[in-house]
Amino acid sequence: MFALDISGLTKTYKGGVQALRGVDLQVKEGDFFALLGPNGAGKSTTIGVIASLVNKSSGDVNVFGHSIDTALESAKSCIGLVPQEFNFNQFETLQQIMLNQAGYYGVPRSVAKERAEVYLKQLDLWEKRNAAARELSGGMKRRLMIARALMHEPKMLILDEPTAGVDIEIRRSMWKFLKQINDQGITIILTTHYLEEAEMLCRNIAIIDKGNIVENTSMKSLLSKLNVETFVLDIAPVKSAPELNGFTSRLIDDHTLEVDVEKSEGLNPVFTQLSTQGVQVMSMRNKSNRLEELFVRLVESGRQAQGDAA
Amino acid sequence: MNHLYFVALRTIWIKECTRFLRIWIQTLVPPAITMSLYFVIFGSLIGSRIGTMGGFSYMEFIVPGLIMMAIITNSYSNVSSSFFSAKFQRNVEELLVAPVPTWVIIMGFVGGGVARAMLIGVIVTCVSMFFVDVHIHHFGVIILTLILTSTLFATAGLINAIYAKTFDDISMVPTFVLTPLTYLGGVFYSLSLLPEFWQWVSKANPVVYMVNGFRYGFLGVSDVNVGISVALLIGFNAILFSIAYVLLQRGTGIRS
Repeated sequence: MFALDISGLTKTYKGGVQALRGVDLQVKEGDFFALLGPNGAGKSTTIGVIASLVNKSSGDVNVFGHSIDTALESAKSCIGLVPQEFNFNQFETLQQIMLNQAGYYGVPRSVAKERAEVYLKQLDLWEKRNAAARELSGGMKRRLMIARALMHEPKMLILDEPTAGVDIEIRRSMWKFLKQINDQGITIILTTHYLEEAEMLCRNIAIIDKGNIVENTSMKSLLSKLNVETFVLDIAPVKSAPELNGFTSRLIDDHTLEVDVEKSEGLNPVFTQLSTQGVQVMSMRNKSNRLEELFVRLVESGRQAQGDAA
Repeated sequence: MNHLYFVALRTIWIKECTRFLRIWIQTLVPPAITMSLYFVIFGSLIGSRIGTMGGFSYMEFIVPGLIMMAIITNSYSNVSSSFFSAKFQRNVEELLVAPVPTWVIIMGFVGGGVARAMLIGVIVTCVSMFFVDVHIHHFGVIILTLILTSTLFATAGLINAIYAKTFDDISMVPTFVLTPLTYLGGVFYSLSLLPEFWQWVSKANPVVYMVNGFRYGFLGVSDVNVGISVALLIGFNAILFSIAYVLLQRGTGIRS
């Protein structure tokens, strides 16, 4: 059974904006799934429909076999949502927010209190439990939304840009926590603009653009499509660009060299040729994240194809 | 499943009560002060020159109406401001994504409005006891009218908040509709003082039936039949509940 099974999903907003144009998407139980796309691609609308915040125009959505048309309450019980915008009552304390959330799902007060303690401690918020939500920092608010979404112990957690605006230390601790709960069996669907985050966490990926899914595959097979990577080499200062036979290279300044390397060729010939010419390599890095390069290419080629068809 | 609904209903209700108790200076104190001023000005100072009305001193006559006025205003504003704030801060989404049936959401919010109205009713009654001996003719009618009226206006406040897009939208109905209807609803006078035509016009005002039903519970006198009063209140409640249900079920004002 799929944790999420979407077929033919469309959404046209009042005013005629067509946000979704027939989305088909399946997410396996226990998966850590990335739903990526540029701004306005339809990610949040898709999530909104799944979570009942947006009325769909047509199509079917099933959550763990429960249709949102015929078994909405059962479907909702399976989902924990971490939305993009802060949507808790800023005047309530963290404890109140957690207990209320549990109450909406019918969790008895005594059980809710225990769970609130567990999740607030796991997300380093326990000390702030009696503070009003508006007093929290941005990172704390993000973590509060994750803790809140777990109060009814959902089978699937949907996170819409959960680490937006969060510093790298907190982001990494959130990644660790999300990995932990995914290991415990919770299916996770993640949208993010930090492609490094998707590459590090997710096993499967779909890319959506202009309301269409343009790619839906495993992270490994997607990354294997990347044939050429650009590396940035920090070198000891040189007067002229070194000659690299068989490679395209650019001397950016006297100590920075960019080299395009095909996967089949590898990096050894680059180092050999540089060494022969007496160029000393101090350090090296990818010019951009591998997934980022693919993402840009896929979205651009999808748009080009749509333009050609039009 | 019923137990889950009960837990959800209790949660919304407690949340609503906690909200108005947390901001008691805005929610509980103003009605007590306003009503005290009404008692002093209309009851003690001016009322003593008016004489009797319906066989009671003017002060005794206006007490049930003033309590009802406070109940109407507070039940309405509690739900309209609370639900609109939930929309504005987007925390209404907590309820929309949860498996809470629409009728539970309505009952939870309306229950909060009724709780505030009842508490205000008790406070204003206590204040009135400093000025007059409060009669109780029929306690059952008092409670029934209080519950039906506060439920009705709490539901009306909810409908207002569903449609509202700005804070101005939730203050327009109380200013331009509720206040005139209440002041012309027989709080300060008996309909028998009006010319026959205006008595007939006044009977198209639903607040007349609430004020008079409530007054009957306290004093045993009413300008309208109490049975009709209660029947109308039940009918209006059913209509407004149905409207609120359909609107929330469709997602009007809360789902795109």
